[in-house]
Amino acid sequence: MSIKIGTKTYADRIQDGIDNTFMRQAVSSAQGRFRTGRLSAAEELGDWEEWRTLGSEIRQHTMENLDYYLHQLSEQVEKRGGTVFFAKTAEEANEYVQKIAREKEAKKIVKSKSMVTEEIGLNEALQESGCEVVESDLGEWILQLDEDPPSHIVTPALHKNREQIRKTFVEKKGYTGSDQPEELAAFAREQLRKDFLSADIGVTGCNFAVAESGAVTLVTNEGNARMVTALPDTQISVMGMERIVPTWQDLEVVVSLLTRAAVGQKLTSYITALTGTKLEGEVDGPEDFHLVVVDNGRSKILGTEFQSALHCIRCAACINVCPVYRHVGGHSYGSIYPGPIGAVLTPLLDGYEDHKDLPYASTLCGACTEACPVKIPLHEQLIRHREIIIEREHMGSKAEAVMMKGYAKWASHSAAYKLSTKMAHTALSPWTTDDYIEKGPGPLKGWTDSRDFPAPAKQSFRSWYKQREKRRSNE
Amino acid sequence: MKVSLFITCLCDTLTPDVGKDTVQLLERFGCEVDFPAGQTCCGQPAYNSGYVQESKQAMKQMIRAFESSEYVVGPSGSCVHMMKEYPKVLRDEPKWQARAEELVGKTYELTQFLVEVLDVKDVGSTFKGTATYHPSCHMTRLLGVTDAPRILLDHVKGLEIIDLPLKEDCCGFGGTFAVKNAAVSEQMVHEKAEHIGETKAEYLIGGDMGCLMNMGGRMRRNDQDVKVLHIAQVLNSQ
Repeated sequence: MSIKIGTKTYADRIQDGIDNTFMRQAVSSAQGRFRTGRLSAAEELGDWEEWRTLGSEIRQHTMENLDYYLHQLSEQVEKRGGTVFFAKTAEEANEYVQKIAREKEAKKIVKSKSMVTEEIGLNEALQESGCEVVESDLGEWILQLDEDPPSHIVTPALHKNREQIRKTFVEKKGYTGSDQPEELAAFAREQLRKDFLSADIGVTGCNFAVAESGAVTLVTNEGNARMVTALPDTQISVMGMERIVPTWQDLEVVVSLLTRAAVGQKLTSYITALTGTKLEGEVDGPEDFHLVVVDNGRSKILGTEFQSALHCIRCAACINVCPVYRHVGGHSYGSIYPGPIGAVLTPLLDGYEDHKDLPYASTLCGACTEACPVKIPLHEQLIRHREIIIEREHMGSKAEAVMMKGYAKWASHSAAYKLSTKMAHTALSPWTTDDYIEKGPGPLKGWTDSRDFPAPAKQSFRSWYKQREKRRSNE
Repeated sequence: MKVSLFITCLCDTLTPDVGKDTVQLLERFGCEVDFPAGQTCCGQPAYNSGYVQESKQAMKQMIRAFESSEYVVGPSGSCVHMMKEYPKVLRDEPKWQARAEELVGKTYELTQFLVEVLDVKDVGSTFKGTATYHPSCHMTRLLGVTDAPRILLDHVKGLEIIDLPLKEDCCGFGGTFAVKNAAVSEQMVHEKAEHIGETKAEYLIGGDMGCLMNMGGRMRRNDQDVKVLHIAQVLNSQ
């Protein structure tokens, strides 16, 4: 996999999403749970706005000094017996992990949930080099069995119900039980246990690396990440280069924001900090530890007006409040990063060519900006993307460009504007019945396909006002 | 107090009654209302579509139109918020930016002006019926006007407000979004119309004509018997 998923056009993906009524039910009920959870967890913490400010300041400070903290992190990791590899591209990252797998003669690799490994397509790369790769996060495991991409960055299998999951287990793993969640989960545990015990390498993502100590922290609810990191002798953690905090104190702030904003939890069941290899005198830890720091387009964002997009802590709060995501689901975005943050990040990481429709997949209602725990001005960044798409990339349609030129003339010449207010009623009268237009011409069609449009008034406000003034001056 | 009405292009053309009610309402509170005829559209359709150069032409026209105004008041949170963005959009043209700053300092959304500047809570209106109120996104989240409309509506005699489920969700208008992403917009406005229906209210009240036109248009298509009113119409009802 890579950032881009599927080959369908934006319009087709959107229609698929709209037609998938089960998925939409699942999304709207999940959104309901997440929203209520987030709001009550925020309230419970108290001073939520101050926490947000603090979180935003920590992220901003870190991004402004990213080179310093990455250097500190790599020194600390190496001091504790680990090896750090900075990968400029997805390919470099994958080749590095493949190389380790070869060196270790690894046959089986277990993984915990990681969006960055989805982004770089690590699973496919490892499979190509002959390894069996097993996802151990329940949601990711289901998706892996089904060869389906994630539709949400925190709960990747949000779009599937338990009957669909049961079916997948039956077909792919010979499951014979019911669709009860407990039974399904117990089956997955039993299956995965064998993989944990027989894996040669454990691969994790990284919620945040702590620069001052070289620790990689993982925020999970299932405990699978602990199995991934405790059993195999070789551990590889892959992180996006922005996923770092300076100190443990900073970690407390961003993790508190993350778990509360994501699922409304004070803390998740497990927050794991892994620091290097088993050193002399220590009883546990991996023999080998590698940290792969992935750039893959991120450093291009540094120093630009989009830098704050790198502040993202991947909580999905913006996705959980997005009214567009609600109706189209994650796959409609055509990116492994869906929702508002996906619409901002995807074109930055993967270019406008394949993703020029994403910044327009928003009503600019601002719900995302309001929900973001680190105050990324998401809707403003979407507007800026649109400006770039039109004015720098020239990707707008010709018809629209002509219309907008006309708009500018109309809106900057009051005489032309005034004339249009006078003419509008008559001009649209062929389509008007009972003061409404039910089947509109030209651009109005998009509107009237699903709702009626009020016909322009016989007399515009400005004409009424002028008459009134005249009357008054004659009185 | 001299107030210039910023009518918004939608109200000017489609719902002039909202403008008339706004004028009368402001006059009732002793404002001397004028209507600068040079005003056109705030520029939002172009700006939000990425046509920033085109939007600037509209913005400059609006800055010129309201240059000599003391206060500028408009019956739309969304269009007023667009004006508040002018200085940012015109940042590369310092002279225009300064003129834009001046406009921003004197521009208010109608309910905001009534509550914050005129210090009114009870406009003395009577309106019998049950209604639900849609707090439009730009008015509440972007302009930050959250309490004023409710304070004013709560003081209207005879009016019972029923809370709208998931009221904070966008109605699916989003300006050009409603046409560019018509299929998604349809789903959004359909859900909104259902929520309005669940309240069993006789009226839907809002402070932004774009959103009202969207929800009203969908409810009319659905044969839903809910009357749509701009808040100015309710507040000017005697």
